Amino acid sequence: MNFFEFLQQNWSELLALTREHLYLVFVSTAIAVLIGVPLGVLLTRRKSLQTPVLGIANILQTVPSLALFGLLIPLAYIGGIGAKTAIIALTLYSFLPIIRNTVAGISGVDAKVKEAATAMGMTDWQTLKQVELPLALPVILTGIRVAVVIAVGVATIAAAVGAGGLGTYIFRGLRQNDNNLLLAGAISSAILALFADFALGQIEKLYALENLRNKASQNKRKFVLIGTAVLMTAIFVLPFVSNSRFQIPNSRNDSESGNQTIRVGSKDFTESIILAEIMAQTLEKRGITVERRYELGGNLAHEALLSNQIDVYPEYTGTAFTAILKRPPLTDTQKVYDETKAEYAGKFDLNLSPPLGFSNDFAILVRGEAARQNNLQTVSQAVPLSKNWQAGFGQDFMSRADGYAGFAKAYNFNFTKQPREMDLSLTYRALASGQIDLIAGNSTDGLIAALDLFQLADDKKYFPPYQAVFIARNDKSEVLRETFAKLHNAISTDEMRRLNYAVDGEKLAPKTVAAEWISRVYK
Amino acid sequence: MAEKSSIIVEFRAVNFQIGDAMIIDDLNLRIYKGEILILLGESGCGKTTTLKLINRLIEPTNGEVLVEGKATTDWNAIDLRRRIGYVLQEAGLFPHYTIAENVALVPRLENWEAEKIRRRTTEMLELVGLNPNKFADRFPHELSGGQRQRVGVARALAANPDLLLLDEPFGALDALTRVNLQKEFAALVKDLGKTAVFVTHDLHEAFVLGTRICLMDKGKIVLNDTPENFQKADLPLARAYLETVSSIERKI
Ligand SMILES: Nc1ncnc2c1ncn2[C@@H]1O[C@H](COP(=O)(O)OP(=O)(O)O)[C@@H](O)[C@H]1O
Ligand SMILES: [Mg+2]
Repeated sequence: MNFFEFLQQNWSELLALTREHLYLVFVSTAIAVLIGVPLGVLLTRRKSLQTPVLGIANILQTVPSLALFGLLIPLAYIGGIGAKTAIIALTLYSFLPIIRNTVAGISGVDAKVKEAATAMGMTDWQTLKQVELPLALPVILTGIRVAVVIAVGVATIAAAVGAGGLGTYIFRGLRQNDNNLLLAGAISSAILALFADFALGQIEKLYALENLRNKASQNKRKFVLIGTAVLMTAIFVLPFVSNSRFQIPNSRNDSESGNQTIRVGSKDFTESIILAEIMAQTLEKRGITVERRYELGGNLAHEALLSNQIDVYPEYTGTAFTAILKRPPLTDTQKVYDETKAEYAGKFDLNLSPPLGFSNDFAILVRGEAARQNNLQTVSQAVPLSKNWQAGFGQDFMSRADGYAGFAKAYNFNFTKQPREMDLSLTYRALASGQIDLIAGNSTDGLIAALDLFQLADDKKYFPPYQAVFIARNDKSEVLRETFAKLHNAISTDEMRRLNYAVDGEKLAPKTVAAEWISRVYK
Repeated sequence: MAEKSSIIVEFRAVNFQIGDAMIIDDLNLRIYKGEILILLGESGCGKTTTLKLINRLIEPTNGEVLVEGKATTDWNAIDLRRRIGYVLQEAGLFPHYTIAENVALVPRLENWEAEKIRRRTTEMLELVGLNPNKFADRFPHELSGGQRQRVGVARALAANPDLLLLDEPFGALDALTRVNLQKEFAALVKDLGKTAVFVTHDLHEAFVLGTRICLMDKGKIVLNDTPENFQKADLPLARAYLETVSSIERKI
């Protein structure tokens, strides 16, 4: 599928994501202006506050965006997943340019003019409103323009906390190794940024001193004010009319008063989304309303479950056991399942479903061609050859207890080159194109066959088992029991690889793939 | 009694300090209705500071400044400033206001009726020699320096204050424009019966305009007399000023 066909088929989703993106940017900028401009004004009145406040704003802006989003997740009230968290993070980013330019704009007003205003008997408020703000406006507008352009960029990260926007395409494109998605997300957000820069630049000009004196531009200014008001209203109101993503979590649906809504979450990779979609559609077939909260990165899905923002999501026993319960890795499949189930019930009041049938274990992968040349079958056989190999691993594998450190030790790996730490979805592509020689992927990944990669057998039984299960809140167990039973041992590893490839390789929507599977398996 | 009631401003033992620096040092001064009082002195001697003490842009560290018999600190600062006209060096006009809007500033702050403001603005522009039809809707940057100073004077007069404070209003102008404005201004103030405190570092200007000259040095008033007596003064600083004028006249 070329890029234009892709756009033709997906333009309505692209528009929806663009609107979500704009919503995030506009709301956060509006909040940042409403707080930042008065704060900037205050700083010109209390000069001793300037250094500390601008210092804090400065530090906020240097926090990497993904880290800021991550820090906000576990916080009560302001954190969590969804648009709210993203808006708060974006607002924090927008503060610096807005506050700084408000201070600079007002301080830059000719001291003689300010003195005249006071000497003529203007109150501080009158001086501010009639003299300082009008004369500082072009500088303040520059600050807003900078803030908006930054926010358009940073908002692409918002997809990582389930806030939607164009980042959804970018993350999905990276994950599925799909250039069309990547391009559509990246180009759209770049165009948005350029357009915002241009449009706000034009508005700025209308408020420049030369034009304030120009009667002809007065009508244009009126037009801009009305236009901004209309746009703001539209963007604020639309999401509440048509999109559930923006309904603030926590504020609803906490009681189960016969309410048959289930909030299904997923992690941020294809398999998890397919499983969540299978769960969602199976529930919907039973007449249960489903809210989808997909693509939650890292431990977000677990956090969301704990803080009652979702009810159920697909997980792996090995991940739950080591990454969440912080237990040392075990290789006994049944034992891992039993202990995880018991500890989840006791510690978190969460319920593990019966296994779905397949495991998504760590898979040590090399290029098929390299495996055939050297007649490789197991990891142990690769060790002597690997001295000059460049390995590449996802952040997850590099950091977890059962990940790189233990693996290298167990097999006595001795890489001369430091393994490269990169996004997991990028490692497949880098391996296939020969930039790296060994990666740790997932055994059910559809790309393994698609890119002609070869999985080396874990002959030392180092990796713990990763049985797929659903984890649910206990208060939803009643509703979910039937579906859990239905999905017990329903999906084999081969089947899962096939489903994954249908999405990653054949570019079908997870929704479609899940629906097809359901209709095939249940008559 | 009669004399006392005609005092409009009085400094009583006024000190003004910034940190340890004594900017105004034990200043005592009475300004009477109808005077044009000149504050003369070198740059940095405290002339502007003295003006700002009158309309409470600053407050004395010690002593008090009385305006119409009431200490400035007892006045509502906003009320006080609106009844005193103030002309700044280089005018300090609002660059985003038209000339008419600049002149109308204080009447507008005082909530005059629109029609009364319009009439007053026209009247003021005519008074300072600017054709309202031509200038009312222009902006300050479209005027010459001399025209801007005229607008500054019109703005200060608009709300009809009894007292005018002028801080080197003609200082930055070329000689010819300055002489014209000085003459017109002297006539204007006399006709309107205003009291004016006029800051300058130019003795010639002091002689043209002043009914009384206060020579300042390092925050003190060192001489306070009529222009006639000033010419006869023995004080070395006064003689030095007189030298500057006579040396110019000699050259001519
Ligand atoms: N804000 C200030 N901080 C410190 N010194 C000041 C300040 N304002 C004025 N001064 C000092 O006070 C003295 C008198 O200033 P000013 O009244 O402006 O003098 P003039 O108007 O006679 O030139 C000068 O020496 C000046 O440096
Ligand atoms: Mg001065």
